[in-house]
Amino acid sequence: MKRIGVFICWCGSNIAATVDIDKTIAAAKQMPGVVFADHNKYTCSELGQDMVKNAIKEHQLDRVVIGACSPRMHENTFRKTVEAAGLNPYYMEIANIREQCSWVHKDKETATGKAISLVRTAVAKAARNEALFSTEMPIERRALVIGGGIAGIQAALDIAETGFEVDLLEKEPSIGGRMAQLDKTFPTLDCSACILTPKMVDVAQHEKIRLITYSEVEKVEGYVGNFTVTIRNKARSVDMEKCTGCGDCMNKCPQKVSSEFEMGLAERRAIYTPFPQAVPNKPAIDRATCRWFTQEKCRVCEKICPTGAIDYDQVDEFITQRYGAIVVATGFDTHKLDKYGEYAYGKHPDVITSLEMERLFNASGPTGGKLLRPSNGKPPKNVAFIQCVGSRDKAKGNPYCAKICCMYTAKHAILLNEKVPGSKSFVFYIDVRTPGKDYEEFYNRAYEQHNATYIKGNVSKVFPDGDQLVVRSVDALSGALVELVVDMVVLATSVDARSDAKDLAQKLSITTNAHKFFNEAHPKLRPVETQTAGIFLAGVCQGPKDIPETVAQASAAAVKVASLLSKESLKSNPTIAEVDQKRCSGDMSCMAVCPYGAISEKIIEERRGRETVTRKIAEVNTALCQGCGACTVACRPGAINLKGFTNEQILAEVDAICL
Amino acid sequence: MSVNLESHEPLIVAFCCNWCSYAGADLAGTSRMSYPTNVRIVRVPCSSRVNPSFIIRAFQRGADGVLIAGCHPGDCHYHSGNYYTRRRFTVLKRMLEYMGIEPERFQVRWISGSEGAKFAGVMNEITQEIKALGPNRKLRDVR
Repeated sequence: MKRIGVFICWCGSNIAATVDIDKTIAAAKQMPGVVFADHNKYTCSELGQDMVKNAIKEHQLDRVVIGACSPRMHENTFRKTVEAAGLNPYYMEIANIREQCSWVHKDKETATGKAISLVRTAVAKAARNEALFSTEMPIERRALVIGGGIAGIQAALDIAETGFEVDLLEKEPSIGGRMAQLDKTFPTLDCSACILTPKMVDVAQHEKIRLITYSEVEKVEGYVGNFTVTIRNKARSVDMEKCTGCGDCMNKCPQKVSSEFEMGLAERRAIYTPFPQAVPNKPAIDRATCRWFTQEKCRVCEKICPTGAIDYDQVDEFITQRYGAIVVATGFDTHKLDKYGEYAYGKHPDVITSLEMERLFNASGPTGGKLLRPSNGKPPKNVAFIQCVGSRDKAKGNPYCAKICCMYTAKHAILLNEKVPGSKSFVFYIDVRTPGKDYEEFYNRAYEQHNATYIKGNVSKVFPDGDQLVVRSVDALSGALVELVVDMVVLATSVDARSDAKDLAQKLSITTNAHKFFNEAHPKLRPVETQTAGIFLAGVCQGPKDIPETVAQASAAAVKVASLLSKESLKSNPTIAEVDQKRCSGDMSCMAVCPYGAISEKIIEERRGRETVTRKIAEVNTALCQGCGACTVACRPGAINLKGFTNEQILAEVDAICL
Repeated sequence: MSVNLESHEPLIVAFCCNWCSYAGADLAGTSRMSYPTNVRIVRVPCSSRVNPSFIIRAFQRGADGVLIAGCHPGDCHYHSGNYYTRRRFTVLKRMLEYMGIEPERFQVRWISGSEGAKFAGVMNEITQEIKALGPNRKLRDVR
């Protein structure tokens, strides 16, 4: 008979306010195998863990049940606790009486009844827990960073500085990301390029970093310490070895196309680098618009190239690489404005998005840094800024706050007033949100020193009046109708997850929230890890954030990667499938359903009467098995079981629930 | 076991995969979304770990309803587990119906780790449905 100890946690009042602890303890003492039961205000604290350890020794406990928060929260904590007391860590079970009981039920009597049932279920399972042992697995001591914006750049540099090799993957022809598009950055107004481009160069020159541009993740296999990633090198049509980056091809290319980097405010050529400071500064041919690929004539770039680097016959290449850890830093898309017809975006050239405004401010932008109206090329005198376009809008946009818009609009107001003397800005807002070091002071500067007028109100309509625009709104503080005549309207466009975020999440086996931002493992305590071990997050792909936060998160992710890669080996997850040789019939149904190819055939010799016969059975590769258990159901003779979640354990749980 | 029809509170066993639906249940808790106490969760690594025999056993031992909850198709933590779940339990559902079990008593739902509200909603919904059916008498062991 097992000697089971039960420990019920109050979790302060989180559990104790809804679950009658004394009653639960009393009931636990009656459960089969339970020889000890006690309670504690905070079992996860040092005091609480000591109590568990002491009780294990004092009462010779050989199985432990902890009634507390979700095992997803503290399973590892308590496994270590029992291990420290000399037990196998897998002798411990958690009854989730907080997330799945006290927090979702209000009536104390029924909640206590359910808590007792949950403890009984955990006791029934724990009585059947076997000792499980991890094996040591080697680690591939290299990292992959997906996304070459400021988040990916920072993560790659920080990992490389710890001495590990990093591959930095970027889908565009150049790294730089969104930050490369910005003009100045709040709250210091230092120029984005001046602080970003040196980092881009550092990345390109770092001996531990390999840049893989114009490439995307095709497939991810494996697990922490041992990922195998297939990367699609998109056909650049330019031989990177031969190209010197002279740029002659881009000057002579006759095909002009709207530039994505300039937000459609300027043109690029079909053979292009996204922007002049591109890293690597070597062009790619956009096959969708190139005259050779669309009309089979031209080949001007080939004729002009002094090194013969143009290669129209290049095809997408697939390379397979192994990594121990992956950082996802894929950034964001700006919100599509097709549902905001009332703001006349796309109908009037002087209605622009805030990212387009960045390009108009930018010295390397389409106007050379002069702020000019797109309609007539004259400087605007009065500019209206509309906040929360697509943000905080449950009806047709994102319900969340995009976090950066209040600050960049204050920046735009300041820059406008600096670039066009005497100009005024009018900011229509819901709330002004400026939490952050020196942020409120920066916003104050906008209206105290730079002619910005803040009007609380939702804009209902923007419409043309002669060569100007009328903005109609309500001043919510006075209740008065406001109609302003302005020269330009700037829409503070919300931040969306990348349109292909879901796709990448599936490849990586990580999860997203309802808005397709990647989920961190814990919102407070594990903000850069994902639920999938070995995969980390940095930047806006995890949720809206500004540059300082992005850089901080990227450095945090880099530390997590470095601490993982600096280990000699990793402990494997021991809750994996196991074959009972005697029962295995060798029909290999299990092999067909295994998603990891972890099951193979094995020939064994057996004595049958006086003869020695050979027969085929299934064998589990312990390094490949991830412990899903699909095979256990497919197995006809019931010969495969999943350690830690055995048939006997689960049936005991069912029986205990139905008692 | 005698069952008092008047005050019958159904017992529902919910097999939840660790990565999506169990996380969804935790999120319902963290967000304090209440649902009836009738549901008891069994944590499994993947919905594909759930053997049809576990369901039969639950009904035999007196469960009034059984739910399997897993990641949305395409989102399985183990790539393809929930596809097996879907196929296996389409067959089992037919068999249970053939045996005379009301289809509402056995359900398979996809609930992600970010769908706390959906988890609570599904619990409310199936508890009501199964309550309306009354106790499971068909498979319950005579005890």
